[in-house]
This record gives sequence, C-alpha cells and structure tokens, in this order.
Amino acid sequence: MTTPLLELRGVTRQFGALRAVDGVDLQVPPGARHALIGPNGAGKSTLFKLVTGSMPVTSGTVALDGSDITKLGEAQRARRGISQTLQHSSLFLSQTVERNVVMAAQRQPGGNRHSLVPRRQKATRDRARELLVDVGLERRSGALVSALSHGERRQLEVAVALACEPRLLLLDEPAAGMSPAESGRLVGLLKALPDTVTLVIVEHDLDVVFALATSVTVLHLGKLLLTGSPDEVRASTAVQEAYLGTGRESLFLDTDGPAGLDVSRSEQGVS
Amino acid sequence: MADWFSENLVSILNGFAIGSLLFILAVGLSIVFGMMGVLNLAHGAFYLVGTYLAYSLLDDGVTWGGFLGALALAAVFGLVAGGALSVMTEPLAKRPILDQALLTLGVSLIVAEVLSIIYGNDVYSVAPPPGLDDRVDVGDGSLPVYRLALIGIGLVLALIVYLVVEKTSVGALVRASVADREMVSAMGIDNRKVKVAVLGIGSALAMVAGVLGTPVYGVDPGLDESVLLLALIVVVIGGLGSVKGALIGALVIGQVDSLGRALLPELASFILFGALAVVLIVRPRGLFGPRKVAS
Amino acid sequence: MSAPARPTTPAATAPAGGSSAVPGSRRSRGRAPLRAVPALAVLVVLALVPYFVGPDETDILSRVLIFGLFAVSLDLLVGITGLPSLGHAAYFGVGAYTAGLVAEHWTPNAPVPVLVAAGAGAVAAVLTGWLVVRSDGVFFLMLTLAIGEITSQLALQLDDVTGGSDGLFGIPTFRIGGEPLRLEGYRYWYVLAVFVITFAAVWLISRSPFGLALRGIRDNEDRMRSLGYSPFRYKYVAYVLAGAFAGIAGGLFAQFNRIVNPSDAGFALSAITLLALVLGGAGSLWGPVIGMAVVVVVRDYYGPDLGGHGPLVLGIVFVIAVYVLPRGFAGLAGLGALRGRRRGAVSAHATDPDDPGSGAVPGTSSEERPA
Repeated sequence: MTTPLLELRGVTRQFGALRAVDGVDLQVPPGARHALIGPNGAGKSTLFKLVTGSMPVTSGTVALDGSDITKLGEAQRARRGISQTLQHSSLFLSQTVERNVVMAAQRQPGGNRHSLVPRRQKATRDRARELLVDVGLERRSGALVSALSHGERRQLEVAVALACEPRLLLLDEPAAGMSPAESGRLVGLLKALPDTVTLVIVEHDLDVVFALATSVTVLHLGKLLLTGSPDEVRASTAVQEAYLGTGRESLFLDTDGPAGLDVSRSEQGVS
Repeated sequence: MADWFSENLVSILNGFAIGSLLFILAVGLSIVFGMMGVLNLAHGAFYLVGTYLAYSLLDDGVTWGGFLGALALAAVFGLVAGGALSVMTEPLAKRPILDQALLTLGVSLIVAEVLSIIYGNDVYSVAPPPGLDDRVDVGDGSLPVYRLALIGIGLVLALIVYLVVEKTSVGALVRASVADREMVSAMGIDNRKVKVAVLGIGSALAMVAGVLGTPVYGVDPGLDESVLLLALIVVVIGGLGSVKGALIGALVIGQVDSLGRALLPELASFILFGALAVVLIVRPRGLFGPRKVAS
Repeated sequence: MSAPARPTTPAATAPAGGSSAVPGSRRSRGRAPLRAVPALAVLVVLALVPYFVGPDETDILSRVLIFGLFAVSLDLLVGITGLPSLGHAAYFGVGAYTAGLVAEHWTPNAPVPVLVAAGAGAVAAVLTGWLVVRSDGVFFLMLTLAIGEITSQLALQLDDVTGGSDGLFGIPTFRIGGEPLRLEGYRYWYVLAVFVITFAAVWLISRSPFGLALRGIRDNEDRMRSLGYSPFRYKYVAYVLAGAFAGIAGGLFAQFNRIVNPSDAGFALSAITLLALVLGGAGSLWGPVIGMAVVVVVRDYYGPDLGGHGPLVLGIVFVIAVYVLPRGFAGLAGLGALRGRRRGAVSAHATDPDDPGSGAVPGTSSEERPA
C-alpha cells in the first residue's frame, strides 16, 4: 500500500470541556477526492484548521506524505503543499483579483517573491491569468475584490488556492452561495485537476460531494462516524441517523435545515 | 548584606516613592489602554498641566491650602480634559488605533505649546508642603520626608483603585471591557459613558501625579515626554489593563531607576530600558498582560 | 511631487472595477512612457528651482527633500507594511550621528558619509527590529516609542562621542571630489540626487513582489501565513530597509545642517513625520513628501514669524487632519480617479490607484477579524 498523502492519528482538539475534534484517525491516499461531511458543529472546520496548522492539536499527529508535520506552523505546512480555501472568505479585499492570485503564485518555488524590484513578474502574472481563466474570472482580473459578488469571490478563493500549487487542497464549502451554474463549473474544474493534487472537501451541497468524491468521511460531534465509498455512506443507517438527528442537537445545529442525504441544493448555503 | 542594605536604604525608599508616583501616573494610562485600546499620548502633557497648576498655586509660598487646592483642581481639570478627549476620540473609534494615538499626540503638542506660551520655557522647583519639607535620617543617609509621604499616598491610591476595579460593579464593567470590548457593547451597555468616565479618571490621575511629582521633579517643559515614556515602560512591563501589573511595574521601575542611579549612575537609563527588553523577551505581553490579545 | 511613473492622468487610471470590459488595461506596457511624463516634469522643475528662488528658499527646499526622504522611509513601514512606528527618528538620528562622525574624522566626500549612514541605520534596525517586529498593536507603538527615546538618551549620555547636549557640531559640509559644496544650489542638487535615487528605490520596492507581500501582510497577516509566507521575515526586512533609508536621510541632514542634536533622534521628529504621513496620505510615497513640505515650511520657514510656536500650529493641523483628511492629500487626489470603482467601502478610501489598500495610516485594526 502506498503512503497516504494525509494521515491523521488520534487527532483531538479540545476547547475547555468541549472536544470539537475527538480522536480522529484518517488516511487520505494520494490523488484521492475525499469529502468530509457531517452536520454543522461536527468539527469539520476545526479539523481543517488542525490540518493546515492555523490551530494546534491538543493531541494526536498529523502526517503529510509520511512525514510528521504536527509541530510545524501554518506557513511551513503551506510551503510543504497544503493549501486551503476558507469558509469565511479571506481574500485581500482592497487588492485586485489578479494581485490576489499573484500573491499566492509568487510564493511558489521558482517564484519571485524575494525580488525587491518589479522584474520577472511576467511568468507569475501569466500563471495568475491562466488560473483566472480556469475559474472563469478572466474578465474580472483588474477589478477590486471588494467589487466582486459572493460567488465570484468563492471562485477567486479556488484560484488562489490552486496558485499555491498544492499537493493537498482543502476546500471548505467551496460551493457555498454559488449559483447552480457556478457550482457546476467548479465541479468541472475540480474534476479536471491532475491527480497530483489530492482533494479534501467539506461541503454541505451533497450534489457537489457525490459528483466529486471518491471517498467520504462522515464526522459527527467531533468523532469519525464512518469512512467509505459514496455508495457505502449513502447506504449507512448510522449516517442517516446522524443527519436526520435521533437527538435534537443535530437538527438544531444544522442551519441548512434537516438535510437528508438526498437533499438537493439548499437555498442558504452560507454558514 | 546588612551594610549594603543600610547604605542603600535611602535609594530603596526613594525607589518606592518614585514607584508610587509612577503607579498613580501609569494606572490611568494602563486602564484606558486596556479598556478602550486608546494609547493616550497626551497623558504626559496632562502630567505637565498638573505641575504647572502646582507651580501657579504654590509659587508665592507653599501652603497646605495651596497644595490641596492644586490637587483638587488637578482632579477636576483632569476629569474634564479626559472626558473631552474621550468625546474627541469617539468619531475615530472604528479607525485604526494609530489614528486615535495620533489625535492624542496632536492634543499633547497643543497642550505643551500652550503651557510654554503661558509659562515660558524656564525650569522651576517647588518645595513640598510645610511639615514635609524636612529630611529624615534613614540608614546611612537622609531622605526628604515628602518622599516617605509619597509612598503612603501611593499605597492608599493603589488600594482605592484596586478596590474600585476589583470589588465594585463599575470596576466589573471596566474589567469586562478590558477582557472583551465587543462583548460589553453587545450586552447593550453604553460603553461610551464608561469610556468618558475611565478616560476622565485616568487623566485626573495623571494631573494629580503632576501636582504630587512637582516637589520631586520640579517644573520643566520637557517633562511631558520623559514622564510619558516612564509610564509606558511601566505599562509594558506590567501588562496592559492590569491594576496589579501597573503597581508591580511601577515598583520595579522605581527601584531600577533609583538603585540604578545610586549604584551605576552612568548606566541608569540603560538599565531601565534593559529591564524593559528583558521583560519583553521573556513575556512579550508584560508580566500580567493577557496571554494573547487578539486571536 | 516626484512620483515616477505613477498614473496621474485620468486616462491612465480608468476605472477597472466597475466595468469588467477593461481588465488590466491600466497596466499595459504601452502606457508606461506616458505615465513617466508627470514624474519627469516634476523632476525637471525641481532641478531648475535654484535658478528661480533665493538661497534661503533653496535651503528650505533641501530640508523639505531631506525630511521628505525620511517621511518616505517611514511610509514604507507605516503605509506599505502596516507597522505604525512612533520611534523611526531613532534611525534618522543614528544615520545623522554616523555621517557626522564619518565626515569629521574620515572623509566628508560624497557619497561616503551617506552610505555609511545607510549601513548604520540598517544595523540599528537589525538590532532593534528583531524585538519590535515580533510585537503588534499598541505594543508595537510603545516599543518603537521607547526605542526612539533610548536613542536620543544614548546620544545625550555618550557625550565623548556625540557631544552630549551640545550636539555634534562643526560637521564639514558635502564634498564632491574634494571640493566642498559651498553654494546652496550645489548642496540642493546633491540632496536632490540622493533623494531621487532613494525615492526610486523605495518606489521600486513597493511595486515589487516583495512589496506586494508587504501589502498582503498589512491587510491580512493570517492569510499570508496560510499562503506560505512567514510574515515576521518580511516585516523584519522591511523594518531594516526603512532603517537604512532613514539613515540616508539622517546622513544628508548631518552634512547639510552641520550640527546634530539628541533631539534629532527624538520623539518630536517621529511625531511630525507621522503628521506628514497623515497629511499626505500613507502608502502613496509621494503624499508624505508633500505633507512633509507643509510641515517643514510651517516649522522652519514661517516658524520665526509664529514666535517659535510652530508646534502649536502643527498640533492644531494634526488634530484637524486626523478628522478631515483620513487619507491625506493623496486621498483627495485618489478620490476622483476611484469614483468609477467605488463599490466596496475599502476602495472608496484608497489613495493610490495602484494600491487601493493604501490610505489612512493603517496601523493595526482595532476590529478583530473573524476567527
């Protein structure tokens, strides 16, 4: 068996008495399109932060391609090829679309981030424009991010994340707030990524999940409920219960409404 | 050891006196800071107003009436000035902290220049009030009685401030604001009123410190900067928004300054900044500061 | 004033945001020569000035350029990197004393004192920046304030070297090829030459990939970290560069003024330079130079008429400017150019069409970012 690209062992994050992520073991093989689902409050976003390093683990280890990165900071992990889009947009609102992508592209090996004079920018810029074409924002490259619509910003997030040339790309609800056309395009784009990029995606829109994912992990109340193929997950009664809620809390927590597995696009995807 | 102690007892007591004064000066700055996130660069200028108040009332002869009158006036002026400053910073509340700091900087330039227009640029000294102007023998030297009195005043004020902040409902509000400003305003409390009050009291303390400090440091148009810097060092060392921190920071700096001057006169100011650097390397948020400010 | 290649013509700053039809056209290569025209015109006017004004006015202009350069170095820190320093004069002072000592004891020949001053400013920033740059918010303000004060205290106390409170005086003026520059006009040209070179360097840096990273750190440090940047390193390098540029300004000042006082490293200089940034608009590089011109002219030219109370006028201007000109003069200039793209709140405040994030002295936002 090949070394998993991402391997979590007993990863736990505690906030006071609450274990937001509780002893999660997870292996994501290289090239996988792995989805992480679960009701709101299941700990998906926290788990992402533990992988990117923007939040330290309370216990457990995180390994990327066989090497332990638990102790590394966020910037170091990013340089090893972990890239992300965030649930809350964190673009540079006051910069142009193109510069947002350039900011990420110039950081890559062979990039020119240390250059103190404006030279050798053409390659970076061309790369940025290519990515903007890929996500369908080429016509907006000179616009300020603050002038973009919500959907456009999500597209830009993806372009920025791809500009980091990731080995592991973490997408936190990339389709939230997108129109059907936009999210269809996104799925196409992500599907077309080479398998040198491993995807881990958190998404409420289960259409997107099942269109993309080759494997699915279900989190519930910080614990790993199940990992399997999309079909296995679809069939699992445990998952049904977690989603439909045998207890009040999952219904209460899930702002998307009582999302069953067959639920189609929800109107308010933003959470 | 006993010899050393008796040789340096004067410096140590003097250090406590300076520490007391620094506490009165710094605690206002610290709370204003921790509560409102306003770095009040006019704090030193307010101290200067206090010294000129003392000078005006005591120039013709130091009396208890004049001294107490100066203290009372300083408190009133400080409340008014601080309140006014609070109102002035209100429109800038949503702007970066530097903008508010720059506003107070402009105010401090104006205050200092107005004082220099009124009083000129000469340096004066003012005697302590009658009865406190003698010296007493301590250890191998002697110390002005006034400085011993300062220690007492400082301790009393420290106790009052501590009790107010830790034990009263107003204090609870102040502490809550230090911990989480947004939360307090989200609770529907009009924190503008709290701001006016806190900045008023903080500025009153600065002016009172100016009056109290006059018999020690005299009247000098350059004092606003040096006093502001000392207060800032105290606050940085103690940690912002902490009464206990301000007290301990003030006492530490008082001792470092006084003993430093006595033992290593030529290195005194470097020792001061050395202490600051050491604290910041070990505890970047000060000894009693919040673990992490905005995360 | 001297703003190489900054687009100031309406055509060059066509709104790009509102209408998506003209993406990137602002930046197209064909316009570069056109954009350099205003800058060259300003440069020519500046170079010809000594032919039209008297020696006193020429000296004032030299001062404007020297302190303007200092303001530019502070702008790199405050406006571009978002590090609001209250003690930047420390590096100006270090440069001034260094150049003074070099000119006195080694050689007053240009450009040696200024180059050594740049090195000294950089070294001082390397030593202090390591501590300062790690802190943020009010702690950064206070630490930089402390560093400024320590430096002027040092200047006061090391009187064997610095002349203590008397200052370092009798510094030989600029020499080129052994010839002292005795005429105001020659001194002015030398100052102008150093100014233009240094300004161009800062401008290039601010437009470079490194400069873009600095702006990113200014706007959102956490996000830069997630893109793989180590903000500390970038801020540290920016701090050291700003120290070097401040050292150059100080070095010019020493040989121009021929006397350096401890107060030249003190808080007052840092304060009025921040005023210049507020007046001119931080982040635009040219705005602070204009702001500094106002400050220097009020203080040094009209100062004597104000009975020595120039600081009072400056204090009042300061208070008014903080309220009325949140983005400085550059903000006023930027408004027209940006009208077309003002949709988001941020863009409406921008001062520099090339860097809409510039504007108001950014400092550390008091508003917390969402976690």
